[in-house]
Amino acid sequence: MKCQYCEKPATFHITELVGPDGPSVTHLCEEHARKYLSSESPTPLAAVASALAKQLKLGQTKEELAELDRKACPVCGITFYEFRNAGRLGCPFDYTHFRKDLEPLLANIHDSVEHIGKRPKRAAHAAGVQGRAIQLRREMEEAVEHEDYERASVLRDQLRALESGDDAGAQPQAEQPGQGDC
Amino acid sequence: MQQQLKLDELASRCGEWLRGTGPESDIVISSRIRLARNLGDFPFIRRCSQDDRHAIERTARNRMEKLDQWSTVHYLNVSQLSEVDRQFLVERQLISRELADAEGSRAVAIDPNEQFSVMINEEDHLRLQVMHSGLALENAWQQISELDDMLEGAITYAVHPQYGYLTACPTNVGTGLRVSVMLHLPALVITRQIEKVFRSLQKISVTVRGLYGEGSQFTGDFYQVSNQITLGRTEQELIQQVSEVVPLLIDYERRARRFLIDQNEQDLHDDVSRALGILCTAKKISSEETMHYLSKVRMGVNLGLIESVPMKKINELFIQTQPAHLQKLHGRLLASSDRNVQRACFLQSHLAGGRDTPPGLN
Repeated sequence: MKCQYCEKPATFHITELVGPDGPSVTHLCEEHARKYLSSESPTPLAAVASALAKQLKLGQTKEELAELDRKACPVCGITFYEFRNAGRLGCPFDYTHFRKDLEPLLANIHDSVEHIGKRPKRAAHAAGVQGRAIQLRREMEEAVEHEDYERASVLRDQLRALESGDDAGAQPQAEQPGQGDC
Repeated sequence: MQQQLKLDELASRCGEWLRGTGPESDIVISSRIRLARNLGDFPFIRRCSQDDRHAIERTARNRMEKLDQWSTVHYLNVSQLSEVDRQFLVERQLISRELADAEGSRAVAIDPNEQFSVMINEEDHLRLQVMHSGLALENAWQQISELDDMLEGAITYAVHPQYGYLTACPTNVGTGLRVSVMLHLPALVITRQIEKVFRSLQKISVTVRGLYGEGSQFTGDFYQVSNQITLGRTEQELIQQVSEVVPLLIDYERRARRFLIDQNEQDLHDDVSRALGILCTAKKISSEETMHYLSKVRMGVNLGLIESVPMKKINELFIQTQPAHLQKLHGRLLASSDRNVQRACFLQSHLAGGRDTPPGLN
């Protein structure tokens, strides 16, 4: 991870508890960290997002980036642009849908792309099934908003079937929500 | 109303991590471990509808209610709490500022000893936390891992075969683990060694964070050291990483204290005694000034230069003189200037024991 103010590696990661937008993290090299820690003035607003955005820009052309920004998760609808700005993903399926683009970022942040620690004892539903549940719930809320209660009730039944059926009940047609490059 | 009773009960005493005991507790205030977890079949908080948030809260609450160990737990709907009550929980480190300031359905479950807390609908659906007094990371890990297993019994977490536990922010993915040790490093600050020490930590990536204070950062010379990465190492390795740094910091701080004494014990003795004198006699005092002097007194007590005040009392005063605590203990809302008067009264009654003169200085 690079310093937010220069190209040196960031070795200080400082979290400000009090700021206009709540807690924020600043990643700095030694020199900038010293300036930052000794300054009395209000701290510069620096979110994880800006650090992430910086990482993403490396080695990508403007066109590539613009195209990436428009890419949206079929489950939660978040665009990559929104993620870059907020530094927060929209749903678990984003890790599958944006995998190609997230992996360099994970490597940058963690120096690794492979979890080797604790795992849940219960087997999780496949990412596609979990994504489908999120998708159904979203569609159901939209149907209610449009007062299409008939559709909402169909969707609710589908969601219940999916939730009650555990892994076995999940229809394989629980369409891979991801289209294309996942 | 019932929520209010639970909060008043919390305010009337101090939690486990303020005991001021445990290994290395002259320098290490507390050891904390948190785990970030999300339910697999809901979007992350950012994309949650109000219905989603309610459903997540219900699911988590139902699960916790079934746990025997949690029969005495305080379950608080943060969305229904007043600002001062939310701030109180932040000061107590039982909830994050993010949870306090958020909107919509959100909650926290707190065990009466304040060792465990579970935040619901924070940045992640669940944030589990275990906190101990002194340096006790291994204990904390065992406890939080058990808590994690118990909660998992009926909740399907968001997990990826390669990336592990999935979190809203990619900086937490994998283990979802944050190990934090809070240290009191006044001598390193006085001797201006603190930056040099941080530089020596460069070889491993650690987070340094200041704690408390209404405005400026790092009031009271408290620093928190945490792991920066969460993916690609086991939980034990991440804990180990922080555990290896802490003894170095303790050693540096002890050496700096020794240096201050060797250099001019009388000056140091004078400095910490004056700090106690101001705390005992001031008629109005800000939160920051209080932190500043309490920090000196705390070091004085640890070095045996002040014998009249127990460490537990000092640790408690750091928290109890914070704005929201002061108002809770006083029983009503106070403007900032009134708080300063009330804070001075509070300090005087707790440090001077009701006497007109400060407790005996050595």
